[in-house]
Amino acid sequence: MTEPLLHLLGVSKRFGHFALRDAGFALPPGLMLGLIGPNGAGKTTLIKAILGLVRPDSGSIRFQGRDLLREGPALRHRIAHVPDEPRFTPGASLRTLKEVHATFHPAWDEARWRELMGEFGLEPRMVADRLSLGQRTRFALTLALSRAADLLVLDEPTTGLDPVFRRELLARLADTLDERRSILFSTHITSDLELRADLITLVRDGEVVFTTSQDDLRETWGVVKGGLELLEEQGQALFQGLRRNAHGFEGLTRDLEGARRRFQGRALVERASLEDILVLMGRRKSDAA
Amino acid sequence: MKILLSNASPHPIYDQILRQVRAQILSGDLTEGEALPSIRKLAQTLQISVITTKRAYDELEREGLIDTVGGKGTFVASPNAEFLREKRVRDVEEKLAGALDAARASGIGTEELQRMFTLLLEQDHD
Repeated sequence: MTEPLLHLLGVSKRFGHFALRDAGFALPPGLMLGLIGPNGAGKTTLIKAILGLVRPDSGSIRFQGRDLLREGPALRHRIAHVPDEPRFTPGASLRTLKEVHATFHPAWDEARWRELMGEFGLEPRMVADRLSLGQRTRFALTLALSRAADLLVLDEPTTGLDPVFRRELLARLADTLDERRSILFSTHITSDLELRADLITLVRDGEVVFTTSQDDLRETWGVVKGGLELLEEQGQALFQGLRRNAHGFEGLTRDLEGARRRFQGRALVERASLEDILVLMGRRKSDAA
Repeated sequence: MKILLSNASPHPIYDQILRQVRAQILSGDLTEGEALPSIRKLAQTLQISVITTKRAYDELEREGLIDTVGGKGTFVASPNAEFLREKRVRDVEEKLAGALDAARASGIGTEELQRMFTLLLEQDHD
């Protein structure tokens, strides 16, 4: 087993009403990990902790085997970040912004930057604050992808982008992966993660529910659909999440095979999509209340 | 190498790749020594996870259908075609025997079993 590129262990942070509790996941080199969860679940806090913008109350964050919380300044040039709503100095041209950025990053790859600019339909003479959100995200990406970082962190990079460009962006990101580089990105758009992300970490109510591969996800999670009398008989405890109406219920299970056996012929048992998991889990607390 | 993935299929993605590549090797569409794309390349082309692709390749390698030569890539193995087919036939026989056991254990008679199998065969054609 290779050492994870990024390893969070027991990371906790409390502020105000919000608390991140005992959050952890491991991202091996060469893979793309999607951080998913409803708004306010703690995705951004986790990302900020990795970037050194939030100091955890407890827990550890290791990057390439070193303590990121202690050696952060020495390690962070290997981590590139694209925020959810990139902002740039008003009035500055993309060329100027790039030049400033490049001085901070000795491994700057100018040829690659030009290539990406062309590909993303941007021109160096454009003025950053007159760009649309989608264009600013693209520009932030040209900067992040041209500085030879080992970890690329993107916070909701696809928000505000149309489906066509989202697809292109994800393919483009996947192309930048190699055996040592990894990508971490957060999103609440489940279709962005389906299939392409190697690992999926689900965050909910300040906790990491799981980190899993696509295959495991598809093989273990299921949705049971049946009549209310069946729910009455079998009880709610079987389900990780539940939704019901006058005509029946939908229950989320973490044991697809078991559910198939148990409900054979009496209910519909299907594989759960990421969206099913997210939606049904999100309902659990309100349903119980 | 032709691969078509379906999201609606009951088979997991890795299994769909495995089945399709296996079928192409066993049918001779992919021939001995032919290079397969790297795991990463295939994942990129199909827009799927590297872990999924790796799982399919690992399984193909375990079945002796492909070889990975360190630093050079992955190639269709030199199969003893007859041996491979025999192995597949044995596989199917075992699974059928398992189904038969299960049927007997639940008191399903020969006739009903034949009906079930005929039905399955018909559905397979749709």
